[in-house]
This record gives sequence, C-alpha cells and structure tokens, in this order.
Amino acid sequence: MFSFEFMRNAYVASTIIAIVCGFVGVFVVSRNMPFLTHTLSEIGFAGASFGMFIGITPLNGMLIFTVISSILVGKMGTKSSRRENSISAISGLFIGLGVLFLALSNKSASYATNILFGSVVGISQSDVNQMVILSVIVLLVLLVIYRNLKFDSFDPVGAKAQHVNSGLISIIFLVLLALSVSVAAQIVGALLIFILLTLPAASAKYFSHSVSKMIALAVVFGLIGVWLGLYLGYITNWPVSFFIATIECSIYFAALGFNRIMQN
Amino acid sequence: MSDLILETHDLWEEFSEKKILNNLSFKLKRGSFLSVVGENGVGKTTLVRIILGQLKPTHGTIKFFPNRKSIRIGYVPQFRNIDDEYPLSVKNFVALSFSGYKLPWLSRQERQQLKLVLQETDLEKIANEPLGRASGGEKQRAYLAQALAVRPDLLILDESTASLDPISKENLLRLVKKLNVDTGVTVLFVTHDIPLAKQFSDEYLLLQPNGYEVGPIDQLQVADYEGGQHV
Ligand SMILES: Nc1ncnc2c1ncn2[C@@H]1O[C@H](COP(=O)(O)OP(=O)(O)OP(=O)(O)O)[C@@H](O)[C@H]1O
Ligand SMILES: [Mg+2]
Repeated sequence: MFSFEFMRNAYVASTIIAIVCGFVGVFVVSRNMPFLTHTLSEIGFAGASFGMFIGITPLNGMLIFTVISSILVGKMGTKSSRRENSISAISGLFIGLGVLFLALSNKSASYATNILFGSVVGISQSDVNQMVILSVIVLLVLLVIYRNLKFDSFDPVGAKAQHVNSGLISIIFLVLLALSVSVAAQIVGALLIFILLTLPAASAKYFSHSVSKMIALAVVFGLIGVWLGLYLGYITNWPVSFFIATIECSIYFAALGFNRIMQN
Repeated sequence: MSDLILETHDLWEEFSEKKILNNLSFKLKRGSFLSVVGENGVGKTTLVRIILGQLKPTHGTIKFFPNRKSIRIGYVPQFRNIDDEYPLSVKNFVALSFSGYKLPWLSRQERQQLKLVLQETDLEKIANEPLGRASGGEKQRAYLAQALAVRPDLLILDESTASLDPISKENLLRLVKKLNVDTGVTVLFVTHDIPLAKQFSDEYLLLQPNGYEVGPIDQLQVADYEGGQHV
C-alpha cells in the first residue's frame, strides 16, 4: 500500500489532520461550537469552488473564505443567541455561492464531489507541505494562548472575572478553527470535517478529567479513524470518508455507553 | 490611622435613566471583612463590577492603595454555569486560574500553590473527582479555591452562599473568616443573610434605593433591611 506515493501522502496528511483536529476539537466542544464548525466547512466548500473559478488551489480558496468569515463571525457574535441565527444566514449564503462558482467554473461534477466528500487520490507533495506548515502554525499559536484559551473555554465566567481577554481569545481561536477546517477538508471533505473536529473530542470528554488528557485521547481517536479508514478504503475501494465517519461515530457511541455504565 | 485597600468617592451608575448607587463614598480597610447588603436590584453586583473594573462608573471615582496594579482581586461570581457533565476535575478547575501567556504546564511554584489552596478549602479528598458531580457546597468551595489560587489581596464573594444549606453556609464562611484572619485577605461579602453577616463580618455597607449606610456590623438593624426576610 505504501508503494504508492498518493497513499504515503494521504497517510502523512491525515496524521497531521488528526493531531490538529484533536487539539482544536477539544476547544470546539468545550466552547460549544460544533454548529459554527459545520458552517465554516460549508463556507470552505464555497471557497474551494471560488478558488477553482479564479484559478487558485481549492485549499487556498478555502483559506481565504474561512478566515475572513471566521473574523466576521467573531466580530458579530458576542451574544450566543444572535450568533446561531447569523451563522445560519451566512451558511445559506455561502452554500449558494459555492454552487454558483462551481457552475461558473465549468468543472465536472466529480470535482464537486471531491470537495464535498474528500479524496485521497488528489493529494500532492506540495499540498502535504502546505498542510504541514499550516498545522504547525495552528499548534504553535495554540500553545501560546493555551492557558487563557483553556480558562475561557472551560470557565468563561471565571476567566472574565480574572481579566482574561475573552474577545481576543475568541477571535484568535476562530481563525485557528478556520485554518484547521481548511486543512482537514482535504481528506474528509467539506461535509464531514465536523466529524474529525467534534467527535473525537466529544468522546474524549467522557474518559478524562483534564484538558491535556482530553487532547491526547482526542488525537488518538482521530488517528484510529483516519489510519484505519485509509486502510479499509484502500482494500475495499470504498470512500475513505465513509469509513472515517463510521469509525468516529462508533467511538462516540461507545463513549456514551461507557459513560452510562460508569454512572450506574 | 488604618491602612485602606480601596476608597470610592461620590460614586453612581446610570442604566437607562435609572440611577444605581447613591453618591456612594466608602472606605474599605485592608484586612477587614465587609458585608454588603441590600434588596434585589439595589446595585450590589454593580458595585462589585465597578471594583473589578468591568464597568466604568457614570460619576465618581474609585481609588486603590497603593494602586490598582498591585492589588490582586479574587472574585466568586453570583452565577456560574457548571452542569453535571462538566468534565474537569476539581483540581483542574481550580488550576484554570493560573492563566496568562505562559508555558502550558504548571510551574513547580504553581503546583505548590495549588496544593495549598486545595488543603485550605478542604478539597483534597475530591481533588480528582469531576466537578460536575460535586455537591453544591463542594462546588462553591471549588469556586472559592479558584479565586484564592492567585493569592488575592481582596476577595469578593457575590452571594456565594445563597444556594447552600445553613450548615454548608456556615462552614464556607468559617473558612473565609479563617483565611481573613490568618492571611489578612480583605473580604467583601455580598449577601442577603443578615445573621450570617453579623456572625462573620466586621463592618457592613447597606445599599438602599435612595441612600446607603456604613458602620460596624453590630449596629446593623435587621429592621433597616427588609430583603433579609425573603427566602
Ligand atoms: N448592564 C445593565 N444594563 C441595564 N441595567 C442594568 C445593567 N446591569 C444592571 N442593571 C440594573 O441595575 C440594577 C442593579 O443591578 P445589580 O445586579 O447591581 O443588583 P443587585 O443588588 O446585585 O441585585 P441582586 O440582589 O438581585 O443580585 C438592576 O435594576 C438592574 O436591572
Ligand atoms: Mg447581584
């Protein structure tokens, strides 16, 4: 399997993705942002088709769209009730735009399928390099803001009382989330990103009582999903995203079951 | 010739044409234990937010001694949203307080400080249990421990005992009083519980819709304050 360059690239890329998604996902879950993450991936879809339309790579198109919109959402939404609604509006707008750009760029339908559902075949060496650089940036920034982000995510009331700058932390985190979404979309596709960004972290929550352990477990759950998914995809020729989604969901339901048993 | 920690002068706050706090001027002595009482909506939390710097007073001034920068404030807010699925352990929740742009892991000094504060608040036994499954009293102690972890000069409790049974209330306040005496931390305790205030504090500040009163706690008349009768 590793004699194929695209498989080697796919393994490297998905390993990085699982690590970044584990880290970022723990905060997505504790800040209660799965919905926003899902929206960002739809925005990513619009960005990718925009990229094709103007002739840049889908990844760069995604980066432009998701980063800009994450900053907009951060500026707009301080009140969470209003945020949900503005997110829905933005989401609808961007899916529409994605469809438009796709039509305008005259690409075949399989191109759209790749963006939406991911593809392992198309990942080149230079894609991998760009993903590594972006991921390292995300992880480094996370380490710098780690203590404040942790406080603000796991106890916003206490953080505010102690003068943690929540506004700044939120915007930085949204931008990191946008970067992670764009990177993760390359393997699992825009529609299934939230699987890697929320399920491993949501499962990890039930097994550990510290943030660092949650991150470690979320990374492990993510890795199990992508490694096994790639392998199964390779031997069956079925879509990798299908396997990743199934594995992560199984882990999540097992975690819920485990939690139920522990409570009795 | 007492040593002050803060002083307000002619303070009030205007919320949509409503004046909260009436030209409030009061002094808070370093090391003292002050109870702030008054009916719902009279402006207790507003005063706390002004002290914390979360709110700018519409009029008047607030001064810290020697200055705001050198005063660390620990604050236990009136409302907190911790549900029963809350994952962090009591210890890790308390440790959130060590914030700032520093290395992700705790320094040795921070770990010692954490251990000490868990001892002081009697949380050692449940330190590794998830906070979500702690009792109401244990949760309040954890909130207190988080506020104390940074070794504050001023500790502000905003109705932190409101949801506790009488015994847990007294235990929590006894603990705060002990820290007040032992470490000299100044305490500002917002409460509706007059007997509790009388039992533990040195002074009171009674906020009223059109005025205020300050004095030694034994001069606080229950009749001054109707709110204390409500549950
Ligand atoms: N941000 C705000 N905007 C408008 N009005 C406000 C704001 N914050 C507080 N108020 C009003 O100021 C008044 C004082 O509120 P505050 O929270 O200080 O009361 P409190 O004394 O703490 O009451 P309680 O005992 O219920 O906690 C209330 O009438 C409240 O409605
Ligand atoms: Mg209040």
